[in-house]
Amino acid sequence: MSSMENQQPVAGNEGAVKPALSFLFFGKLSEVGIGDKIFRAVTGFFAFLILLLAVLTFVALFINSIPSIKAIGWKFLVSSEWDPIRQVFGAVPYVYGTLVSSFIALVIAVPLGLGIALFLTELAPMHLRAPVAFVVDILAAIPSVVYGLWGMFVLAPIMARYINPVMAKLIGAPFFVNTSIGLSFFSAGVILSIMILPTIISISRDVFEAVPNVYRESAKALGATDWETIQLSVLKSSKPGVVGAIMLGLGRALGETMAVTMVIGNNPQVTANLLAPGHSMAAVIANEFTEATGDVYLAALSEIGLLLMVITFFLNVGAHLLVWFTTRNYGRN
Amino acid sequence: MKNIKKLVLAGFAGMVMMGASMAHAVDLNGAGSTFDNPIFQKWFHEYYTANQIQVNYQSIGSGGGIQQWLAKTVDFGATDAYLTDDEAKKANGPSLNLPVVLGAVCVTYNIPGVDSGLKLTPKILVDIYRGKITNWNDPAIAEINPGVTLPDLKITVAHRSDGSGTTNIFTSYLSKVSTAWSTEVGWGKSVNFPVGVGGKGNEGVAGIVEQVSGSIGYVELAYCVQNKMAVAKLKNKAGNYVEASVATTTAAAKGAKMPSSFKIMITNASGEDAYPICGFSWVVVRVNQDDPVKGKKLVDLLNWILDKGNAEAGDLYYAPLPDSLVEKVKGAVATIKY
Repeated sequence: MSSMENQQPVAGNEGAVKPALSFLFFGKLSEVGIGDKIFRAVTGFFAFLILLLAVLTFVALFINSIPSIKAIGWKFLVSSEWDPIRQVFGAVPYVYGTLVSSFIALVIAVPLGLGIALFLTELAPMHLRAPVAFVVDILAAIPSVVYGLWGMFVLAPIMARYINPVMAKLIGAPFFVNTSIGLSFFSAGVILSIMILPTIISISRDVFEAVPNVYRESAKALGATDWETIQLSVLKSSKPGVVGAIMLGLGRALGETMAVTMVIGNNPQVTANLLAPGHSMAAVIANEFTEATGDVYLAALSEIGLLLMVITFFLNVGAHLLVWFTTRNYGRN
Repeated sequence: MKNIKKLVLAGFAGMVMMGASMAHAVDLNGAGSTFDNPIFQKWFHEYYTANQIQVNYQSIGSGGGIQQWLAKTVDFGATDAYLTDDEAKKANGPSLNLPVVLGAVCVTYNIPGVDSGLKLTPKILVDIYRGKITNWNDPAIAEINPGVTLPDLKITVAHRSDGSGTTNIFTSYLSKVSTAWSTEVGWGKSVNFPVGVGGKGNEGVAGIVEQVSGSIGYVELAYCVQNKMAVAKLKNKAGNYVEASVATTTAAAKGAKMPSSFKIMITNASGEDAYPICGFSWVVVRVNQDDPVKGKKLVDLLNWILDKGNAEAGDLYYAPLPDSLVEKVKGAVATIKY
């Protein structure tokens, strides 16, 4: 009781402070409503700017791509040949490399990232949670060129010497046929998985933490084990958030340039063998744009950028549709 | 907008010049080749110290340099590939391609137990890059390298993945020595290599060669020397096996029949000591200068480069232009009107 009484005056003070502050920002008390309106208009304008930015980027890329769209047409989307000398440009190997390396990254990073996030929110002792989360956030701040250099000088030799032969023996053809080089789709996927882990961990951790404790307590009260509690109360209700985390990670993987170009081998080919060198969309732009001459060549590189934007857009739409389909009946169950 | 650009330029110049007076205005602007950048920074620093004229050079790549020069945002462009006819047309007025830098491209390799100096013929090099020779124990290689124990080891071909003057010179050489290469692949700053893995920049190719046992790649001379990489001796047109060096590169330029436009690839040059894979980097300027003050500054700078700068090129493993060529280029500089 006494503590309640102690808090009362504090709360009262807060009440006195708030109008004083709003007076500073919005003028007279009676004009608070106008302040809110201005605030709403300003933030709304900011949000609109983001939309505008996306649309303008799309339009600019499209305009820059016109010479190549005119000269090459649909062949750009189905041809595998990329020859600046003969002005023949086909995007297939680059699209393939981007999708395959990002997919490998997701296969590795999603279970690992969600596992780590679950451990940190549900299972880890309290004193471990903050330090581990701190380290995860630091990982996200490492520049991609550093990952790339590490990938080329440390990871690639390790892959070539130890990992690739094992994968070739365990899984084998057609996906894992050993080559003597460590630069491959697979190495790019591994580097990307390390790079997108922090994104997936920190966002899904926030999502899991947002699940009300009442849910967990209810499950436990019904006699659920730790795993059943996680499954019933945490995972089910955080599905949209987790998909959001994965999509942000995928976005980084699709657009990553420096690290990928340093470990993927930069050989534009379409092959089922993940241990062979490949190429990616962002990598070919970064590699060739500065020295590209000729209208069609430059436009073809812009068109690669346009295509990457479109692919990212549809993957995001697809993911949101997936969430919508799998969660729409959730309330009724 | 202009002020912002000036600020950026000033900041950049300050970083590069290190200690040069920030308050001093930039007198001349250039942009282009990254290959030229080390020697340009050295030259322009010395030029500032001697003449108090500041030249700001942005090494953004040859393609970008030409674009900026066409848009008249810079006074000169620097490029590893001379202007194409289309580009020259876009300049709206006569322009000059002036060779000022001369460089060589080395063939480097990583074969366990084989030291620097492996001999290669043009045919072997082409066959390796076409994927026809795939193992180091190929009889063709053994035949011209008696006494060298070549292992049974798969050849991994490394090439540049980024568009580069180095690739331009290298593929120009392969095209000159092989009709198969010139019809199937051709030459340019980016080509569709039949086999191999790509590395970004000299460091990317060097990294692959260092990492992968049995690999072969091509990098700039300076990069090779500084990193003490194993370098192949190439059979030149005269039939001699020549190692890349400053002297053998200048020898190659000496043997070339120079057209008055200076648009020439001197790969596979004749001459006893000529190293076959080397080439120029050009500065492109307009013949008719709009601004008389800037025009004079530009002409003075070009003459200084050809007189003083050229002699020091060897310090950074670029090859000096031969004297006969220097005179010809100075003759072209004299035609600039301001």
